[in-house]
Amino acid sequence: MSPIFYLLAALTLAGGLATVLLKHLVHAALAVTVAFAGLALLFLELDAQFAGFAQILVYIGAVAILIVFAILLTHGSELPREGVFSKTWFLGLVIAAGVFSVLGWAVLQSVSAVPQQNTVPTVTVNDIGIALVGRYVLPLEIVALLLTAATIGAVIVAMHEKERPK
Amino acid sequence: MTAATPLAGYLLVAAMLFAIGLAGALVRRNAIMVLIGIELMLNSANLNLIAFWRFGPHPEALTGMMFAIFSIAVAAAEAAVGLGLVIAIYRHTGAAELDKIDRMKG
Amino acid sequence: MIQESAAFTPQFAPSAITGILWLIPAAPIVASGAIALLKQPRRKFAATLAIGSLGVSLFLSLAAFAHVLSAWTHGAVTRETVNFTWLQFGNTTVDLGWVLDPLAAVMLVMVSLVGLLIFIYSVGYMAHDENFTRFFCFMSLFAGAMLGVVISNNLLLLFMCWEIVGLTSYLLIGFWYQKPSAAAAAKKAFVTTRVGDIFFLLGIVWLFSNTGTLLFYNHGVGSLEPLALTVLLTQHAGLGLSAAGAIGLLIFAGAAGKSGQLPLHVWLPDAMEGPTPVSALIHAATMVAAGVFLVARVYPLMAAGSLIGGTTAALTVVTWVGAATAVFAALIAVAQNDIKRILAYSTVSQLGYMMAGLGVGGVAVGMFHLITHAFFKALLFLGAGSVIHGCHEEQDVRRMGGLKADMPLTFITYAIGMLALCGFPLFFSGFWSKDGILEAAQHWSVAKGPFYLLVFGALLTAFYMTRQVCYVFFGMWRGHEFAHESPKVMTLPLVILALFAMALGLIGTPAWPWFRAFLDGQSAPFSWHGFAEPGLAVLMVVSSLIVFLGLGLGWWLYGDKSPSPEEPDALEQRAPWLWAGLRDRLYVDELYGVTVIAFYAWWARVADWFDRCVWGGIVAAVAWIFAAWARLNRFLDVNWVDGGFDKTCEELSNGGGLLATVQSGRVQSYLRILAVAVVALALILLWSSRP
Repeated sequence: MSPIFYLLAALTLAGGLATVLLKHLVHAALAVTVAFAGLALLFLELDAQFAGFAQILVYIGAVAILIVFAILLTHGSELPREGVFSKTWFLGLVIAAGVFSVLGWAVLQSVSAVPQQNTVPTVTVNDIGIALVGRYVLPLEIVALLLTAATIGAVIVAMHEKERPK
Repeated sequence: MTAATPLAGYLLVAAMLFAIGLAGALVRRNAIMVLIGIELMLNSANLNLIAFWRFGPHPEALTGMMFAIFSIAVAAAEAAVGLGLVIAIYRHTGAAELDKIDRMKG
Repeated sequence: MIQESAAFTPQFAPSAITGILWLIPAAPIVASGAIALLKQPRRKFAATLAIGSLGVSLFLSLAAFAHVLSAWTHGAVTRETVNFTWLQFGNTTVDLGWVLDPLAAVMLVMVSLVGLLIFIYSVGYMAHDENFTRFFCFMSLFAGAMLGVVISNNLLLLFMCWEIVGLTSYLLIGFWYQKPSAAAAAKKAFVTTRVGDIFFLLGIVWLFSNTGTLLFYNHGVGSLEPLALTVLLTQHAGLGLSAAGAIGLLIFAGAAGKSGQLPLHVWLPDAMEGPTPVSALIHAATMVAAGVFLVARVYPLMAAGSLIGGTTAALTVVTWVGAATAVFAALIAVAQNDIKRILAYSTVSQLGYMMAGLGVGGVAVGMFHLITHAFFKALLFLGAGSVIHGCHEEQDVRRMGGLKADMPLTFITYAIGMLALCGFPLFFSGFWSKDGILEAAQHWSVAKGPFYLLVFGALLTAFYMTRQVCYVFFGMWRGHEFAHESPKVMTLPLVILALFAMALGLIGTPAWPWFRAFLDGQSAPFSWHGFAEPGLAVLMVVSSLIVFLGLGLGWWLYGDKSPSPEEPDALEQRAPWLWAGLRDRLYVDELYGVTVIAFYAWWARVADWFDRCVWGGIVAAVAWIFAAWARLNRFLDVNWVDGGFDKTCEELSNGGGLLATVQSGRVQSYLRILAVAVVALALILLWSSRP
């Protein structure tokens, strides 16, 4: 394990933890952005440059902004009276811990079975483009449709409330 | 990069991130925090995918990469819709706390 | 002894008239049915129908009589039968049929003639009654049934018609049913005759079981024919009787009920509650004569064997019962004050004479008296009806009197009837018929007791009839309004009957014993030497003296005097204790009241208690058990079945409610559950894929 890996892992995980633990929503949104960034760097570390830049563009550039807008529109900056954690937070924690233990145990158990390919793949954007419109043209089109529908749906869902007389 | 970081390391990180995201979704009261937790979980899955693409056979087939890219796209769309719903619910009920919203109670 | 004449050959083949003999009873019965369907106001039509049908019967009866008569004059005895099978079970059959022989022929003519005259009389008598059509309906039914009894060739058919006769008697005695006394009298008549009929039925069953047939005459195999009689004679029935004698006595018991012989006579005087034509027809001339006719019909059965010196045990019983009845009833008649009741007891007495006559002298002797009695008794009853009608429905003789001037025609005809009944010598039929009985009784080989009883009875008869006539027709009028003569429609039959009462004697005199010869199937030459029989002239003189004695005694006591109703009777003044006993009918009714009726009432109470407490108790217990069972079922049903079901549903509902709490509506708990499920699934997969 290279030191860069540890660093990046620590960054990402710290960002994630901070997201979950911070009381103020906006702070949490910013923390999750840090986590996204960490992940993007991890992708770059894994020689998946396109994925990494896509991650930055989409997640940090769009999703995080979206989250901030949502927080603003739902007045999430005000702290609720009963606290930010639910009353049965311990149970949730236990479940999450259980999930992690199972996943971790699965990973550690199968260390010997996983492949270890060490050659660096030479992937160009050209290849990705050809793959997109070649082999993966159907998922591409479907995702395009999905994005259209989601955009329209989100607009409608969020817009309707305005027209209704309160 | 001469890092001999094994695949297991990335997988463990992904698992940890997944657990953190799950904890966030289960423990926090705010709906938006649940969505953020979900996003974290999706991201951890993406990490898993890319890791397996990198270390698996035939990385030139680009399967893992494609999967991850599509996952990012879908996650973005889902985040948009979800947040729109949260806004709508907030407008409708005046609260964004999930334990207050139990209209689907059976 | 079975009577058969050597000179006469019996003819069995039915002639034309015998073929249609069944029309004689059928016509009045059909008329009765038709009248039953009419409405009350159609009186003329009903009367016409009844009289017309009986006229048809009379015409056919005369034709039958003429046929038998012509056969007799040619030296043949008719006994024509028409038999047919009614029921058949396996090899046994029950045949019915009718017979035409001299006995039947004379009865047919007598019944239809007397019946027709009484019907005509009733048109006048019942003119004011509102139930006119019902009266004629019942009278027609009676006439048809009585004619059926006469021509029946089968004991069972005779019994059926006998019962219908009893029924119509009940209906007609209780004709004015709103009167409680009439309804009670009708019931008494029916029940008393029923007692006799039970024995009769036993006799029928016994006869059928022993001989296998109930037909009287059936070409040699009938029950009254020699073959069957010998069979019956060989069987013993205890008490020294043969089966023939025992069956004969059982049948006589039925006849005793119907004809009012001694123990069963109590219904006849009460039967005077019915209208007077009913009393005349049914309780004087015909129905009561049916018992006598029955004994005459089964005479071969009763006379079979001839054990005790020329007669059988059955006939001995008949004779003694008849003689006792004759005297008993005559005694009671002396002290009665109701005009019809005197005649009723007189009828009972004369029926005793007839039975005694049958016992001592055979069919012809008894039947002759029956025929003559029918006419003069009907005459007397119709005359009494005329008197009652003229005295404005008064029936007590002490409130009448002096009617010989107010109702002359009635008086003359009544006097003729009365003299015939007493047996006034020579010109009246009663003398000849009664003398026939007395002569046979005198020569009876068993005992002389009946003879003396019958002579005493003749004395009493003359006495009480004189008393009645003196009370009614002589003396002074003691009633309320003035009496008037009855209309022609009522007096004409009286005249006709009076003529018969006188003329009928001619056919039974010893000089010309036509009647006896006709019935017995012998020739009957006219000869004055008939009077030359030893002892006959003495007997005739003695009986005449007895009659004169009775008449004189009556005239001496009652004569032209007119005692008012409050004064005691002349005889009562002289012998009050005797009078009291006689007036109270010698306490026979009271005896029955304390014995039979009291026992019956007690038995009825016992049966009622049994029924209510025991059977009723059982039924109630069963019902209670069922009710308890039903309540138990209901309890189980409501509490266990329903309750169980309800509880189950409730539990299910609660369970559902419990389960529904899982659906909290909160997203995060759903998410948790999802996570747990995923973990579990992953564990399972990992565990199962371990090497």
